[in-house]
Amino acid sequence: MRILKKISLRRKENKNSGKEYNGAIPQLRIDILRRNGLDCEPFWQSFEYTPRDISETVASALTRLNEQEELQDINGNPAGEIRWESSCLQKKCGACAMVICGKPMLACDAVLMELKQPVRLEPLRKFPVVADLMTDRTVMFRNLKEMEAWLEDKAEPSEKKNAFAHEASRCLQCGCCLEVCPNFMPEGRFFGMASMVPSSRILNWESVNQNPAIKDQYRYHIYDGCGKSLACQNICPAGIRIEDLMSRSNAAAVWRASSGKKSRGM
Amino acid sequence: MFQITIAGAGLSGLSAALTCAEHGIECNLISVQPSERAQSVLAEGGMNAALDTMGENDAPAFHFQDTMKGGVFLADPNAVKGLTDAAPGIIRRLQSIGVPFQLKDGDLLLRPFGGQKKRRTAYAMSSTGKIVMNALIDEARKYEAAGLIHRYDHAEIIEALTADYHLSEDYPAAKGRDIEDNFPAPEDPFISEGRRDTFAWTSSLKEKNVKAVSLKKMSGIKVRDTHTGKISEFPAPVIVCTGGIAGFFTGLTTGTTANTGDFTASLFEKGVQLGNLEMIQYHPTTVAISGKRLLISEAARGEGGRLFIKRKTGSSGWENWYFMEEKYPELKNLMPRDVISREMYRVMHSEDCGGQVFLDMTHLKKETWDGKLADLRKEVMSYLKLDPAKEPVPVSPGIHFFMGGILVDARHRASMPFLWAAGECACQYHGANRLGGNSMLAAVYGGHIAAEDALTFLNSGKMNLWTGNENEPCVNGDDPNVNVGELRVKGYDTRVNIGELRVNGGKPRVNDGDPRVNSDEQPGNADEQSNEQTDTSGRQKKGIDCTQRVRPSFGKKLTNILYEGLGIYRDEAMMNTACNRLSALEKEAATNTERNRILLGKAMLYSALERKESRGAHSRTDYPERRDEEYQKTTVAEYHNGNIRISFRDIPLQS
Repeated sequence: MRILKKISLRRKENKNSGKEYNGAIPQLRIDILRRNGLDCEPFWQSFEYTPRDISETVASALTRLNEQEELQDINGNPAGEIRWESSCLQKKCGACAMVICGKPMLACDAVLMELKQPVRLEPLRKFPVVADLMTDRTVMFRNLKEMEAWLEDKAEPSEKKNAFAHEASRCLQCGCCLEVCPNFMPEGRFFGMASMVPSSRILNWESVNQNPAIKDQYRYHIYDGCGKSLACQNICPAGIRIEDLMSRSNAAAVWRASSGKKSRGM
Repeated sequence: MFQITIAGAGLSGLSAALTCAEHGIECNLISVQPSERAQSVLAEGGMNAALDTMGENDAPAFHFQDTMKGGVFLADPNAVKGLTDAAPGIIRRLQSIGVPFQLKDGDLLLRPFGGQKKRRTAYAMSSTGKIVMNALIDEARKYEAAGLIHRYDHAEIIEALTADYHLSEDYPAAKGRDIEDNFPAPEDPFISEGRRDTFAWTSSLKEKNVKAVSLKKMSGIKVRDTHTGKISEFPAPVIVCTGGIAGFFTGLTTGTTANTGDFTASLFEKGVQLGNLEMIQYHPTTVAISGKRLLISEAARGEGGRLFIKRKTGSSGWENWYFMEEKYPELKNLMPRDVISREMYRVMHSEDCGGQVFLDMTHLKKETWDGKLADLRKEVMSYLKLDPAKEPVPVSPGIHFFMGGILVDARHRASMPFLWAAGECACQYHGANRLGGNSMLAAVYGGHIAAEDALTFLNSGKMNLWTGNENEPCVNGDDPNVNVGELRVKGYDTRVNIGELRVNGGKPRVNDGDPRVNSDEQPGNADEQSNEQTDTSGRQKKGIDCTQRVRPSFGKKLTNILYEGLGIYRDEAMMNTACNRLSALEKEAATNTERNRILLGKAMLYSALERKESRGAHSRTDYPERRDEEYQKTTVAEYHNGNIRISFRDIPLQS
């Protein structure tokens, strides 16, 4: 139910920020921060675009712009194919994360007519740019490996743990949370919520999981560095209840674990 | 010592990789995007297994029957038996690696699904795919850290690499001799002008005075790093897990944009046989959203959702007509998908109906919404701006799954030596129509079987492993004259592979101007290779490579043509028109990838044209009857010397 509440809130929000349209859909301007690679200078390029309908997303606009035989910018200059990543187009894979009108979000979740005009598209800023709107997010996957986020032992099925396991399985590894996090730096020690959520899935099974490493890693790479701004929770495209997951994981990795340590020490 | 190359990191690719890793064998897991972006995460409803936790006396034999019947008896019964027997163990295994399948009183809760009379679909809300994938990703991460799984998750697969091997006239017919002294028999039917089914290999060589023939084996794959533009090659053996060919119908499927189908097309162009290409599943309950079709999971109907259409009543009013319930009183809204999609098409085009079919879930209980379909509701609300608990959802059939693909035998061997295929890219298990809940199961099982088979092969260190067993099942096992399984192994020279890996220190070779992986290349091929190198290195482009890929504008044109020709209902005129338009579009093809798409598109249309009957997902208005005598067979498409040939092969007998 909490999830549904959140959605309805978000819908309201969207309605407020969007304009009312009756009749013809106007032509929009889409500004894209383009770049041929990390070693190249970025530049803004504008495109004219008329949405097909009021629900058309940024992802669809990018697809259709690229489908044009000879893509031209607003001044009629030829423009190369706009490079961006996509996969599922329904908020389940995280591929198309980018900064849209200053806010990190999924292009498949950003409805053109609800956005501030002109629509501004930039690549995520915490990751190195590959080209145009495409970034190299490998650091997230490397961090998960360093977290040792895996089960060493068999999980025992348990009704109690299922709800938590479902919630902790919803992370898309899109990187939006890292983008807004005041504490996360790509090469820093704090790994952010993109590592916390999948790790919480492992910690959830802790009673059977005899992998102490993940608890140490959790304390070092997550617990110690989080400033609890919760900007991540507001931005998460999957609407994951990060706070809930974190408090449970803190309990498993920090409080219960350290009391265990003490007792062993005595 | 060996490495196995796995192309694709979705459910079947991960399953194959884990199987290798658990045996202590290294593998290269190659994908254009990380596993989190694979189409498998979209799977919703669940996984079928006759676990019999619902007190309905279920057994794998019933699961087998339903799968065969759902596929209208076009699937390989031996493969399906393996799948359905293994299913309960697979679910238990997934639970043990942390998949939170729904439980009741400590045991698995199963939901009813289409085409099955008993409840046997294990699930995790309606996000089963995402949740299962997460567990496998975690598990794979363990082996990545241990150095057994080498992940390359921004590597675009550009093309299949093949090498020639040769047969000469002194091929000995005697079986049971050491393979080192033998020559392999051909998988490839094109060594003679005769058809494969009448072709007796050993005698015909001499009769036809053929001195030597050249055949193809898989030698590896060529990939491009999307971050750096660098080209690399990974050696065979290759397990292909690249998913369906959603990319041939851009914007019109429930799949992802990353499942382009281009690698399947590349394999086809190199001579790999494809099967049942005409079998395209239209899922009954999809909705067009921005850029794609959104799937409303079959779980909605499994949990009680009802399909209806507005129908005129005598007194100028309208009534809700629950047409599925009226026409199919036993399974009602849970008939197999092909049946429902056809019924929907009919009522939608009926004059006394309102044109739009609705899925009514407004009567479902609050517990069902909260506990079982919460994420489905959330998704519908987010994209359609309506609450399915309060209003019926307007739905229509949309392309969802490709039953056809790379033809494989029960061990997932493809028609070319050293190539395996699993998951949606393979033609296996589903026949003419896939049952809901069988795709994830088949992906996990198929990936596992493919890897097991590849490992048996590699671990033996001897090529005569298969030759000792005359009953070895194989792709061409139905053909008494060609016992391929016994002999195909020769083309795979394991010594070459060991050498390569040593040279490269266990890492795949990067193509930096050195001669290609196989040093025993034909001079002609080597030339071709060097041309390609200059071509790609001259234009090393980051991100999306416009020189290799299909131009979106071209892809869109191809989509329109194929969609016209391969609808829910087809006829000869419609498909011929599509063939002609495709030939016209061929002139615009500028890259190999585009030419390959035309080729595979044609093969799909030709397959559909040749199957002159209606069966499962293939419904022809000009041939409305099912014709078992002629067509209870696998459609085989193969490409050779510039020609696409379609033939029909007998389905293996149940052993």
